[in-house]
Amino acid sequence: MATMTYLQAISSALRDEMRTDERVFLMGEDIGVFGGAFKVTDGFIDEFGPDRVIDTPLAESAIIGCAVGAAVVGLRPVCEMQFADFISCGFDQLVNVAGKMHFRQGLAVPLVVRMPSGGGFSGGPFHSQNPEAWFMHAPGLKVVAPSTAEDAKGLLCHAIHDPNPVCYMEHKHLYRRVKGDVPDGVYETPFAARVAQPGSDLVVIAYGAMVGVALEAVGDGLDGASVEVLDLRSLVPLDEDAILDSVGRCAKVVIVDEANATCAAGAQVAALIAEKGFESLDGPVIRVSTPDVPIPFSPPLEAAILPNVERVREACRELLAY
Amino acid sequence: MSLDVAPPARAVDVDQGGHLTVDDRVWLLRAMLVMRGLEERAMSLYRQGRVPGSFYDGYGQEAVSAGAAFATAPEDRLCILHRDLAAHVIRGVAPARILAQYLGREGGITRGRDGNVHFGDRTVGCVGMVSMLPDMMLVATGMAMAFKLRGERRCAMTWFGDGSTSRGDFHEAMNWAGVQKLPVVFVLENNQYAYSTPLDKQFAVDPVERAAVYGFTGVKVDGNDVEAVFEAARVARGRAVDGGGPTLIEAVTMRMHGHAAHDDMKYVPRAQVDEWRARDPIDRQEARLAELGVDVAAVRASVTTEIDAATEEALASPMPDPASAASGVFCEGEPEILGDGVARWSGFLGEA
Ligand SMILES: Cc1ncc(C[n+]2csc(CCOP(=O)(O)OP(=O)(O)O)c2C)c(N)n1
Ligand SMILES: [Mg+2]
Repeated sequence: MATMTYLQAISSALRDEMRTDERVFLMGEDIGVFGGAFKVTDGFIDEFGPDRVIDTPLAESAIIGCAVGAAVVGLRPVCEMQFADFISCGFDQLVNVAGKMHFRQGLAVPLVVRMPSGGGFSGGPFHSQNPEAWFMHAPGLKVVAPSTAEDAKGLLCHAIHDPNPVCYMEHKHLYRRVKGDVPDGVYETPFAARVAQPGSDLVVIAYGAMVGVALEAVGDGLDGASVEVLDLRSLVPLDEDAILDSVGRCAKVVIVDEANATCAAGAQVAALIAEKGFESLDGPVIRVSTPDVPIPFSPPLEAAILPNVERVREACRELLAY
Repeated sequence: MSLDVAPPARAVDVDQGGHLTVDDRVWLLRAMLVMRGLEERAMSLYRQGRVPGSFYDGYGQEAVSAGAAFATAPEDRLCILHRDLAAHVIRGVAPARILAQYLGREGGITRGRDGNVHFGDRTVGCVGMVSMLPDMMLVATGMAMAFKLRGERRCAMTWFGDGSTSRGDFHEAMNWAGVQKLPVVFVLENNQYAYSTPLDKQFAVDPVERAAVYGFTGVKVDGNDVEAVFEAARVARGRAVDGGGPTLIEAVTMRMHGHAAHDDMKYVPRAQVDEWRARDPIDRQEARLAELGVDVAAVRASVTTEIDAATEEALASPMPDPASAASGVFCEGEPEILGDGVARWSGFLGEA
């Protein structure tokens, strides 16, 4: 056990996996000599060499497509998108080639795509997106999004072991802000939700960076109410049982996601609750999310659209008073 | 600059080195005949409404897939495209399974999950194509990358059309394969058209010339001569497994049918079709073998018998269970691996 940042936990997962499984290798832009745009793979090339820490050309389609090829002949590629946003250039290979392979041909594609995602630092429209819903809508892809250092490592280990393509959404804002105790060696965090804080009067459902926002918003309780925070951790598969269990116990639901609102992960959770949790509800489901605009660059503009502690608290208060 | 199909400057000639036995040459003919026979059969089933969806064939282009796949070893891996049925035949996929695939049956290679030529039999080392062209160039490049990383003497081979050369994945695959000197063979099937679009609307420079700018060899070959295609592929494979990097083979041929069954190809000049009909790859190989004293009629007859039996078997085979429609999206257990294919070429016999 060691205390480390979310970023160090990601590095630790990659390092431990590469030490224990020689099939695991990394591909990405500037991940070798430079150690990655965010330094997740700093020093890796010295330990594992350029054959396992591959500096690729600037070519996202090639990164994903070649990873598919390597995966079907027995390797375990972990691809880094320099920013999650650039997956748009590798989208076709991920969605059409990787995602549909097993269904069509019974051929597994064990690959992981690491996607540094999220805003809050003036990254602007092309370096701040949360594109997880793109992949949730594409059959055959798993999607996970850790909020803690421990889960950052455990979910990544699990993703590498999984025989399917996994989109691993790592939130840039958490890289150096979130710290925690992380077990040594390889371990798996299940692709399932966790109760980040138990409560009984209202549940805030969130994932990734929004879990921390939710926890801060509700504190140990809000105006005397007992508020639960459910961290989804995995978006595909979506932990329906955990969601419906929280809804059943709390009866009031606020769903937070940092992604643009329409068809976001939170919209799927809301639809699930409408279909299967309606009887338990004691008030409308309230969503807090980013409006459907590209993420603006200028700090006051960006702050105006991203969900924050105040907006979550306000939503909770409104619903508690319902 | 001409995009015409004049005899290529660096043409690959017919088996000058004596790499093909008579049996090999008969096998090449057989594979082409099976391809043509299966596609003709499937086309008539399509016209009877028994093959759902659409139907694509490679009539007149049989030499390209037969010749190139014949040069692959069991441990090589292939991404086969939509006009390349003979490659599946050579790797050992049974005709009945191919017809079952067209018919959407449980016994088809994709068990009804995907249609027509969108298949690859993983048990014989093939990864089935997706519609998006030419995505499979990158998958083949990635397989080659894995072979190189593990220090294995094997190659990946993939096919794609003239139209496919315009998309970014062509560039990304050629570039990466060139940078890493990967053991991959790219077979460009220049059949003069991409759907209705002729070559002069597709590119300003003959794609074979591009190989050089990516740092590897490009060769042009008569795509209607199965032995010439084989020879080019044999050399390319040898280069690949010896660490010499990728090769782009441009096989010049002609799409003799419409893009798909619905297409009457009115946009193709009659004279062009007639000119190419005189260069039919099957006729050519038959003439060659007849001169060697092979009983070509007997080969034809045995192929017809095989296809008749396969048709009967496929038509009698069950449709997939509707209850299984949503199953298999994810791999639940251990990943299945790609198996080795069959190598028919006598040149591999001594290597085993
Ligand atoms: C990326 C992409 N865009 C459009 C299509 C639709 N389409 C299917 S085949 C085809 C023509 C392909 O031409 P070519 O690459 O020359 O192959 P050919 O069919 O001639 O063998 C088109 C446009 C496609 N399959 N993929
Ligand atoms: Mg074409």
